Amino acid sequence: MKFIVSVLVIALLSLAAGLFLPWWTIAVVAFVVTSLIPQNPLRSFLSGFTALFLLWGALSWFISSNNEHLMASKVALILKMGNPIIMIVATALIGALVAGFAALAGSFVRRK
Amino acid sequence: MRILPLIISSIVTTGLVIALNTTLLLPAPLGKLLSPQHGVWQNAESSQASFSEELKLPQLTGKVQVYLDERLVPHVFAETDKDLYFVQGFLHAKFRLWQMELQTHAAAGRASEIVGKIALKHDREFRRLGMVYAAESSLKEMEKDPQTKLACDAYTEGVNAYIASLTESSLPLEYKLIGYKPEKWSNLKSALFLKNMSENLAGHDNDFEMTNAKNYFSQEDFSKLYPSYQDSLDPIIPKGTIYEKPSIELKVPADADSIYLNKSDLVVTTQEEKPDRNNGSNNWAVSGAKTKSGSPILCNDPHLGLNLPSLWYEMQLHTPQLNVYGATFPGAPSVIIGFNDSCAWGVTNGGRDVRDYYEIKFKDKSKKEYWYDSAWEKTEFRYEAILIKDSATYMDTVAYTVFGPVMYDPSFSGGRASNSRYFSVRWKAHDKSNELKTFMQLNRAHNYADYLSAISNMKTPGQNFVFANKAGDIALRTQGEWPAKWKGQGDFIMPGTDNTYEWQAMIPFEETPFQYNPTRNFVSSANQDPADSSYPYYLGRGYPLYRGIIINRRLQNMNDITPKDMMALQTNNYNVLAEMATPLLLNNINEKGLAVNEKNLLRLLKAWDYNNAPNSRGATVFDVLWKNFSKLVYDDEFKNAPAVILRPYESTLLQGILSDSAYKFLDNISTPEIETMTDIATVAFKNSIQELEKAQMEGSIEWSKFKDTRVNHLTKLEPLSRLHLPIGGGTHSINATKSNNGPSWRMIVSLTSKTEAYGVYPGGQNGNPGSRFYNNFIDHWAAGNYYPLWMMAAGEESSNKVQWKMSFTN
Repeated sequence: MKFIVSVLVIALLSLAAGLFLPWWTIAVVAFVVTSLIPQNPLRSFLSGFTALFLLWGALSWFISSNNEHLMASKVALILKMGNPIIMIVATALIGALVAGFAALAGSFVRRK
Repeated sequence: MRILPLIISSIVTTGLVIALNTTLLLPAPLGKLLSPQHGVWQNAESSQASFSEELKLPQLTGKVQVYLDERLVPHVFAETDKDLYFVQGFLHAKFRLWQMELQTHAAAGRASEIVGKIALKHDREFRRLGMVYAAESSLKEMEKDPQTKLACDAYTEGVNAYIASLTESSLPLEYKLIGYKPEKWSNLKSALFLKNMSENLAGHDNDFEMTNAKNYFSQEDFSKLYPSYQDSLDPIIPKGTIYEKPSIELKVPADADSIYLNKSDLVVTTQEEKPDRNNGSNNWAVSGAKTKSGSPILCNDPHLGLNLPSLWYEMQLHTPQLNVYGATFPGAPSVIIGFNDSCAWGVTNGGRDVRDYYEIKFKDKSKKEYWYDSAWEKTEFRYEAILIKDSATYMDTVAYTVFGPVMYDPSFSGGRASNSRYFSVRWKAHDKSNELKTFMQLNRAHNYADYLSAISNMKTPGQNFVFANKAGDIALRTQGEWPAKWKGQGDFIMPGTDNTYEWQAMIPFEETPFQYNPTRNFVSSANQDPADSSYPYYLGRGYPLYRGIIINRRLQNMNDITPKDMMALQTNNYNVLAEMATPLLLNNINEKGLAVNEKNLLRLLKAWDYNNAPNSRGATVFDVLWKNFSKLVYDDEFKNAPAVILRPYESTLLQGILSDSAYKFLDNISTPEIETMTDIATVAFKNSIQELEKAQMEGSIEWSKFKDTRVNHLTKLEPLSRLHLPIGGGTHSINATKSNNGPSWRMIVSLTSKTEAYGVYPGGQNGNPGSRFYNNFIDHWAAGNYYPLWMMAAGEESSNKVQWKMSFTN
């Protein structure tokens, strides 16, 4: 239950923060959330990881399919990512890794 | 709290963020770039995107409505000029900001700030050419004129209002990819943009190359290799036109024959490839006597580098006093090529030589004083700090003499000048002028007198302005403020130690060659010589001849013309150079001993109809054969020539072999025998086989595949470009589409009581590569199709052509 709540809260707060603040506030969000909702380090990591993997994956997929992948099919080649799917997965993974490690750090704040 | 794990995981997280936010570790800041709410995903414009918007901008004096049609062409309805140009600036920025800034940075010699060291040579060249100096003196002139100043001020404010509205996520894609941010726009940037066009169109010269040629060849050979007038010349203003006695009497320097036109020592030693800048264009107008409707039709297609985002942006601008439609330059206010309710106009490049060099004698290496008119004159200096991305600033000092900036000196040869001497450039674009006024006035022109008054402001780059109006007039004027030169002046490097070689005067406006309602009922230009040799001022050489010949031949024979006929003419692929050259080559190629496939290739040429059609194979055979033939004819003469030299023009070769079967240069001077046309044509054909067979094997023997036309993104990044376009034409066809240069805006305007106009350009209205409007016109353009140009009238707001509406209020 805690896991699902953490994932949801991290994802929603990251989405809200992203509207006004720089992209890396996802790390701040994940850190704060896991420091307030205590879980073991692995679960904390996974909640940050999952939240941003889903959020960034879904957002980029949604944007790109509305765009008929016009932008991604061009930029994926420039970034040497081959195609839009790889670019979407890379996007999701980058968000996931940053949030995951921040969430891991957060989990150590209250742990004895 | 578990301190150690906390510290370690925090460090890892911070490290990740830093790595993903910068280019310290990764080639791109992937986190920033890929964040769906900040990075490039934000530039992926939804295919259902709405462009409708309500904007409140206090800079405006009233309301402005912008109706965007299904091609994303804005129809701007404003109450005042100020609001009109404000919104024009805003829209240019909204759809084309990145290119505007890139082009003006490049013009100012600031490209290194964006792309780093690789642009340093370009930047030095542009600073030494005095581009900013030229733009500043233009700007002074522009701001003296209240109408131009008002337009520029409002335009700049509009661009800046858009820039101020940008957020990290709404930055254009290229800024994100390259990693920088736009700076504020200014009137100077608009002036720089226009100077960039001058550089593009009137910044070409062969003075060093010609000086070397003069020194290398005997006088007799030189005049044969570089004739100033061609026999088959069909000038813009037809042969036989009577010109008044010139009002300017030019004083030819007393020592011109002995010193200047005679041999001097070689100037150039270094070698570097010079960019091939064969920008050309076509325009013509026919009077009502030749059209089906009885009203004039005007056509124009300027040939320029084919780039994405396009140089052009289509717009309609409307106020109670003004209604104009056409192609605009993102970077400057007004419509550049277009039409209004009374008339239409278009341009081709004048192409006269308005850039000359003078050799300067400095007292010493400090360059503080130079010898001029029997005295040591003080030099002025301009210190150029070139900022370079990821590198230290480069300081360059440019000396200015009475002629202009010392462009080439021992520190900068530009790949063409000597490394031990000093050359000042005298460039017409340095002179004070306000070219923008030309377009401001043309946008508002009603009649022939308005047209004349408008184009009298056009000084550099000189353009052949075609004009037609609803009253039935047609006209064409080879407009520009042209230096009056004595024969040969400025062909070579000139001595700069006194004033005798300076430009003495400008040709008066009244003595510019022009045509107004001529009896042949049409006017045309295709960059050929403006006039024949009876024109009393020297016109130089190197004008392209063949497009002009075919245009005039066709127009002469056309009657009952419709806009559709004009589309066929503008996209015509007929190669008139090939028509003249092929029979002679075929008659001389000895078929004995040719292999089977060689005969097949020759058969392709024999069966060819001289159309550079996309699927033509004969066109490819001709292209390769002509190239090899030309090489074979001249390579022996040029074997020991200096690297920096001008090769004879194609027209010189063609005229040579057509008029003289024993053309002197056919003989290979490195062999004891005297080669004939048959020998050379046969060997040239054999030399072509390898390249042609390779093309056959690779499946690129068809002309469009062989030529391989592309429209490059300004960064040349292939994924953002359009490659391998199925389009025919070529250098000598009316459809002058080369590999990366061609008709950049095709326009046809029939001046019937309700104007009927068509146009297309190889690009799209939205500069964002993530938009479906980024390059959506290209296939239409390549196929030779046009869009009807909709001059929206008040009251048509609810037309189904209107897709989106932007409302601006103060």
